[in-house]
Amino acid sequence: MANGYKCDFGVFGVIELDNVGYSYGYGGGELLSDISLKLSPGSFHFLTGPSGAGKTTFLKLCYGALRPTGGQVRIFGQDLMTMSRDDIALSRRRIGVVHQDCQFLNHLPVSENVSLPLTVSGQNTADQGNLEELMAWVGLSDRAHALPPELSGGERQRAALARAVILSPDVVLADEPTGNVDWEMSQRLLKLLVELNKMGKTIMIATHDLGLIRAAKTQVQARVLRIANKRLQLAGADL
Amino acid sequence: MNIELTQLTGTLSTDSQADRIVPPTGFTVRLTLLTSGAMAFLAVFALALSLASGRLADRWGGELAKSSTLRISAPVDQVAAQVAAALALLETTPGVASARALTTDEQRALLAPWFGPDVPLENLPVPQLIEIIEADKGFDPAGLRLRLSAEVPGAVLDDHTRWRRPLVQAAARLRLLGWVSILLIAVATAAMITLAANAALAANAQVIAVLRLVGATDGYIAAAFVRRFTFRAMTGAAAGTFLAMLAVIMLPSAGEAAGFLTGLGFQGWHWFLPVLVPPLAAGVAYLATRKAATQVLEELA
Repeated sequence: MANGYKCDFGVFGVIELDNVGYSYGYGGGELLSDISLKLSPGSFHFLTGPSGAGKTTFLKLCYGALRPTGGQVRIFGQDLMTMSRDDIALSRRRIGVVHQDCQFLNHLPVSENVSLPLTVSGQNTADQGNLEELMAWVGLSDRAHALPPELSGGERQRAALARAVILSPDVVLADEPTGNVDWEMSQRLLKLLVELNKMGKTIMIATHDLGLIRAAKTQVQARVLRIANKRLQLAGADL
Repeated sequence: MNIELTQLTGTLSTDSQADRIVPPTGFTVRLTLLTSGAMAFLAVFALALSLASGRLADRWGGELAKSSTLRISAPVDQVAAQVAAALALLETTPGVASARALTTDEQRALLAPWFGPDVPLENLPVPQLIEIIEADKGFDPAGLRLRLSAEVPGAVLDDHTRWRRPLVQAAARLRLLGWVSILLIAVATAAMITLAANAALAANAQVIAVLRLVGATDGYIAAAFVRRFTFRAMTGAAAGTFLAMLAVIMLPSAGEAAGFLTGLGFQGWHWFLPVLVPPLAAGVAYLATRKAATQVLEELA
């Protein structure tokens, strides 16, 4: 913990990591070590670090796609190690995830991909009004019937964001959400994430894009964390 | 049991939106349809074979077991006396319902297939046959033979056991083979559908990853695949069953003279049995896909 950073917002965190370590088990040693973090509701975090530092792995630990090889991860108060796959699946309905390589069901139109979380959670997808509103919010109204392979990189990112938030999750985790888009589009995506945060959602964005972080800090109170040498640190004040 | 039934009905209940999450195309569609169709076709024939064998075994076992033949071979001048003695002995034998000597015309009819209708039976040393009809409990053949050897030296008792038993055994064995064939067809169907389901699940690893990302439980994902394969298998099996029943109907019939091969079809309520083949194929597909899905989802976790 000597070099680590502990972000503590009080007794309750939506996602908490205590001295977490992770190794992929290929004999390469630990990728992450002694990571502690408590994400409070409504907080906004950026996660930076060099390529291969473990940002994606960190996010995967946060939404239960990976289980830690050391320490403890708690998602909404539940110990990840004791959660069944169904428990993790149910927790995903409260965590919206946006990947850099947004994956979709390519045989379904964008609107059905966006409403997929509603479908799998057994909720009513017949309310087209809300879906149309969401599609308009991400600027994809006219692309609702397109198939995912027909979308541009920016459109895919926005569709992934819409899908991530359609269940009104408590947390949104985004992995390089602006990695494949131009500056203008990245600002649009950032604006959407800031709006979500203002609605009380907890946001964490893994990014290399320092410009994006600077732009965000003018709009929202964001903490910037950095993964370096396997550990989580508070990034410098220059950001 | 209730949980299993709930799972089954939950899995098979129609959910048009959930059904769409599994991509509709791929070679596994054709493989499942073709396999279940072909297997259903074979299953119907195996069923027909088994039922026909059963009927044959029952008929041979039932009809032939009730009658026996006594053959009197004696010098011509002693035949009448020995026949009378044999009939008298049979009248007092427990387990014998009735006994009568075949008439000359009846004996001639028996020989007609070999010697023609005009064989001069009176001039030939043909043994006299006595037909014995057994009572329900039957008689003791060993005891009867002993008494006959003492009182009617020219009599030979044939209770048909010698040639009836292997025939009945063969028919019963054929019936068993029919059921074993049906079982093997079910196992082969399960194996093929498991293979197809495994291939479909592996080919759709990305679909599974996306579904997991948006909060789908393993049960939900498995149900989508299981439902798809179950209905495909039932559709294929229904087509195969329909074609097989058409083929059975079109088998040539020889009426009352029908032998085993021409009597291969279904009779009476047995015509309803092939209708069970599609739902049974669906059941096999359900179990096979469910097992495959559980296994693949475990591996992909």
